[in-house]
Amino acid sequence: MSNTTHSELHHAAHDDHHHDESEKVIFGFWIYIMSDCLLFATLFAVYAVLSNGFYAGGVDPKSLIDLNFVLGETALLLFSSFTFGMAMLYAYQKNEFAMKAWLIVTFLLGAGFLVMELYEFYHFSHEGATPFSNGYWSAFYALVGTHGMHVFWGMIWMIAMFVHFARDGITESNLIRLSCLSLFWHFLDIIWICVFSFVYLFGVYS
Amino acid sequence: MKKTIARLLSVCSLVATSMLLSGCDLAIFNTASPIAKSMGDTILLTAGLMLIVVIPTIFLSFWIPWSYRKENTQAEYEPDWDHSSKVEVVVWGVPLVLIVVLAVITVIQTYALDPREPLLSDKEPMTIQVVAMDWKWLFIYPEEEIAVVNEVSFPVDQPVQFLLTSETVMNSFFIPRIGGQLYAMGGMENRMNLIADQEGVYPGRSVQYSGYGFTGMNFDAIVGTEQDFDAWVAKVKAEGNVLDKPTYDALLEKSRNHPVEYFSSVNPLLFKNIIEKYTGVQDGR
Amino acid sequence: MAVNTVVENPDPIFGKLSLEVIPYHDPVVLPVMIMVILGGIFMTGLITYKGWWGYLWNEWLTSVDHKKIGIMYIIVAIVMLLRGFADAFLMRSHQALATSFDTGYLPPEHYDQIFTAHGVIMIFFVITPIVAGLFNLITPLQIGARDVAFPFLNSLSFWFFMAGVVLINASLFIGEFASMGWLAYVPLSGIEYSPGVGVDYWIWSLQISGIGTTLTAVNFIATIIKLRAPGMGLWKMPVFTWTALVANALALVIFPILTVTIFLLTFDRYFGTHFFTNELGGNQMMYVNLIWAWGHPEVYFLILPIFGVISEVVATFSKKRIFGYKTLIWAILAIAVLSFLVWLHHFFTMGSGAAVNSFFGVMTMVIAIPTGVKLFNWIFTMYKGRVEMNAAMWWVIAMLVTFTVGGMTGVMLSIPSNDFVLHNSMFLVAHFHNVLIGGAFYGFMAGLFYWFPKFTGFKLNEAMGKMSCALWFVGFFLAWVPMYLAGFDGMTRRLNYVDNPEWAIYLYIAFAGVLVIAAGLGLIVLNIAWSMLKRNDPAYKDVDGDPWDAPTLEWMTDSPPQFYNFAVTPHIHDLEELRYRKKNGMAFKKPAKYSRIHMPKNTWAGVVIGVFSMAFGFAMVWHLWWLAIIGFVGMVGSFVMYNFERNKDYYVEIDEVEAVESEWLARKKV
Repeated sequence: MSNTTHSELHHAAHDDHHHDESEKVIFGFWIYIMSDCLLFATLFAVYAVLSNGFYAGGVDPKSLIDLNFVLGETALLLFSSFTFGMAMLYAYQKNEFAMKAWLIVTFLLGAGFLVMELYEFYHFSHEGATPFSNGYWSAFYALVGTHGMHVFWGMIWMIAMFVHFARDGITESNLIRLSCLSLFWHFLDIIWICVFSFVYLFGVYS
Repeated sequence: MKKTIARLLSVCSLVATSMLLSGCDLAIFNTASPIAKSMGDTILLTAGLMLIVVIPTIFLSFWIPWSYRKENTQAEYEPDWDHSSKVEVVVWGVPLVLIVVLAVITVIQTYALDPREPLLSDKEPMTIQVVAMDWKWLFIYPEEEIAVVNEVSFPVDQPVQFLLTSETVMNSFFIPRIGGQLYAMGGMENRMNLIADQEGVYPGRSVQYSGYGFTGMNFDAIVGTEQDFDAWVAKVKAEGNVLDKPTYDALLEKSRNHPVEYFSSVNPLLFKNIIEKYTGVQDGR
Repeated sequence: MAVNTVVENPDPIFGKLSLEVIPYHDPVVLPVMIMVILGGIFMTGLITYKGWWGYLWNEWLTSVDHKKIGIMYIIVAIVMLLRGFADAFLMRSHQALATSFDTGYLPPEHYDQIFTAHGVIMIFFVITPIVAGLFNLITPLQIGARDVAFPFLNSLSFWFFMAGVVLINASLFIGEFASMGWLAYVPLSGIEYSPGVGVDYWIWSLQISGIGTTLTAVNFIATIIKLRAPGMGLWKMPVFTWTALVANALALVIFPILTVTIFLLTFDRYFGTHFFTNELGGNQMMYVNLIWAWGHPEVYFLILPIFGVISEVVATFSKKRIFGYKTLIWAILAIAVLSFLVWLHHFFTMGSGAAVNSFFGVMTMVIAIPTGVKLFNWIFTMYKGRVEMNAAMWWVIAMLVTFTVGGMTGVMLSIPSNDFVLHNSMFLVAHFHNVLIGGAFYGFMAGLFYWFPKFTGFKLNEAMGKMSCALWFVGFFLAWVPMYLAGFDGMTRRLNYVDNPEWAIYLYIAFAGVLVIAAGLGLIVLNIAWSMLKRNDPAYKDVDGDPWDAPTLEWMTDSPPQFYNFAVTPHIHDLEELRYRKKNGMAFKKPAKYSRIHMPKNTWAGVVIGVFSMAFGFAMVWHLWWLAIIGFVGMVGSFVMYNFERNKDYYVEIDEVEAVESEWLARKKV
């Protein structure tokens, strides 16, 4: 009995603090990422199914995909993961200027990736491979496009982070936000590696 | 009061008896085919096996709370009794044994009744091609080169291979007294082998909801002797028109409760063309 | 309701909307519409006259308190239950009249919308909010937490759900609802075969409320993993909390599948892609696989929490510990894992080979083992107990019996060769009503009678509760046993009229059963109203928050619970913590010291984002692109604005905590 009261008192003293706030939010964000993972898994499954039942009259992806171009895209995105890592390091050191500089580099790399992807879409559509051509191309655009959409929202989030930092500096809650964004950004990288392997490499070499 | 209850009970038992009596006549137990019979028997067998566990469970659900009701202070009361390895073995074991038995039946019957497998018979199977349309069934006899809407016929004891596809949404082809059902889907060919061992006229229908005219999407399956079948083919040839392109296009129009329609002549490749229309392959290219 | 919503060239401002889409000429819809409009005017007038708007806005709409959100979920669920039941009543009465080639009173254009709406409403807008409401009401209290992990997200989930509710109800009066069955099989739900706006209502009400469910899943997993009171290891979590954890883990995994599937259908319908079309390489079988890969685990998402409810109610009213706690939990986990390996049993008749069909058939049967174990565990919980046969326990026993029958017919359907003749028949329909009414609904009613006093401060009437249970029990078997038999006779589901005179008798009896059920449902509503009137009567009033002498933490609070739940976070010793404390004389003692309590503030953001999402959904249905842009930008903008807000929380000072607690503890002594 006295044991309980003691430990409940002890805990009560901690109720005031939100030292575990950051842990809780980041855990929650991990769970969200898991559900996003399932979203991509479903899109990959759809792509796999529709690329097997290939429609006879469509444009062959082999003739369209330029692997060197896609490799360039990949390099941009992978490098942006590294630059985001640098930004996180400086954020923990409370070096606001360096953090912002690395974030701007990340943003530009992300923008470069998106521009290249949009150019590719434009090019493919021009060659007669639009999302409306057949099931295969619908699945292609859905999968690659959903990833691109995620990158786009990541960049919007980065802009919001700039406003947060401009207003409050590197506070605890801003650090939590940035950590979540960083998780999101690295997650998109991993998804892209899967897209690159399954869609582009398999698309060319299978 | 008591009289009313007694009267109510007698009405109830009357209804129950009449239901049970009509039970012998229920379509999937009163079959005209060894396949459907085997399916119906499996249903009764599996239901019976499960009742061995289900009836005691239902009994216990009433009896245990009754015997340990709060008012019954004579009953044993052990508020902290929450584990017993013996009971655990029984509650896991009994369902496990039952499911193992059912699983064996399942695997045997699933293989035995796989609709794609050809039936054991000394006769060559005949082929009937089936096309689901909005909202009617088109039956094509490629060998006789005839086609029929909303009526199908085949000889008794003759294995029939139904090839199914759809010119519209997903439908399910089902003749309850003769066998199972199978989906008919656009751009695809599904295969179902059936055989009837009794003559008669059996209702069939689409059982996968397919739109406003779905309810009227039914047909009769006429099972007769070889001679009956030949006479039926002759009748179709005599009464029907040619199923040419304009007639077929007219058939594609949506229609509800479509009457039986005969076509004396049909392109034997029509079925293949219908499927290929959706796959992008035309004439094998 | 045969409204023509096929518009070739939508107007830039009004989209596909026009006066013609309002079904004022329909004799079935018009009276309902008039009633809803008059009722709406009356309610608005009443609230304005009484000056309740401020109260409603401050205390409910903007609330982030899990208890209030939970209550709102349950209220909406009960209202939608009445609508779903009205649909059921229309269907049964129509089919009873449409026997022997008579065509009944509903044309297929109307009838087909009703059976679609009935399924969608009962699954998405009745049982789903029931379980979401129970998660909200019970879980944080059972684990000794102040609130959920992310209170704002919780409010947002609720308002996304509400957007879905508003959209599906709007479809009754503006345009039409979908008429392709609740799971919208393609290609029937594609633009070629369903050009009207019905499918679009289906798409957007499910998509928006589905996103709400995903957020709920994230929220409750984080809550249960991170916010348990100290000392509560996983193996000291009450069974309901366990089921909440597992069910939300299921939801987290499956709802993204639904989101993607609906999005792909949306692209097919709005932009002309070819995911699910007949032609150009679309794959309708993929849709069926995807929708059931979501749909089958979904039914376990709905039923597992109800298993938790039954476990809590049985243990409390048997005055005994739950039997075989650990096996019960392992059974839940086994069901959760197996639920991903059975989806194909919904379409054995698609033409997969015998090997595939046998695998999925056997896996489906295997689920019956852990489910059977749970039934036995509940029975053995009552064994050697002191069972209090009150209304809640009546519902539990009704559930045990009915659910066992439903389980049996389920195993019958899991055998592929049986399914070849029973699929798509009334037997199948009877089976899933047997498990959903007999399992989910009866279980919820047990929970309602059990937890009602906790959140309102008064109990429900026992006699009326038992009577309504008896009516449901009898009515259910009267309604569905004939349907089982009709299924054996080859009667197909979703028939607009019945062309076999032998089925007439089944349909008449089934309709009689529906009348009995209607009386049972009416009695439940009456019971709530009656008990509310009598709430200060000593026979109804829950004076001190523990009317049942219950074993778990939620009963260690006042009724209704203090807004901060627990003044001092309890330290957990036992699975049945309150029972343990009562036994050791530790319960309901004033702690040595109170401290200030950190609480989240209410926020406008959830309800505002919800309203924007509703506008967005409505605009997408009717092709009002300008409104869709406003709705979308409004959603994102409000979310961002909320993120930039400061002062989202506050402290409850010690004086206030002490005042609230001493008032309660003083009552406790009485």
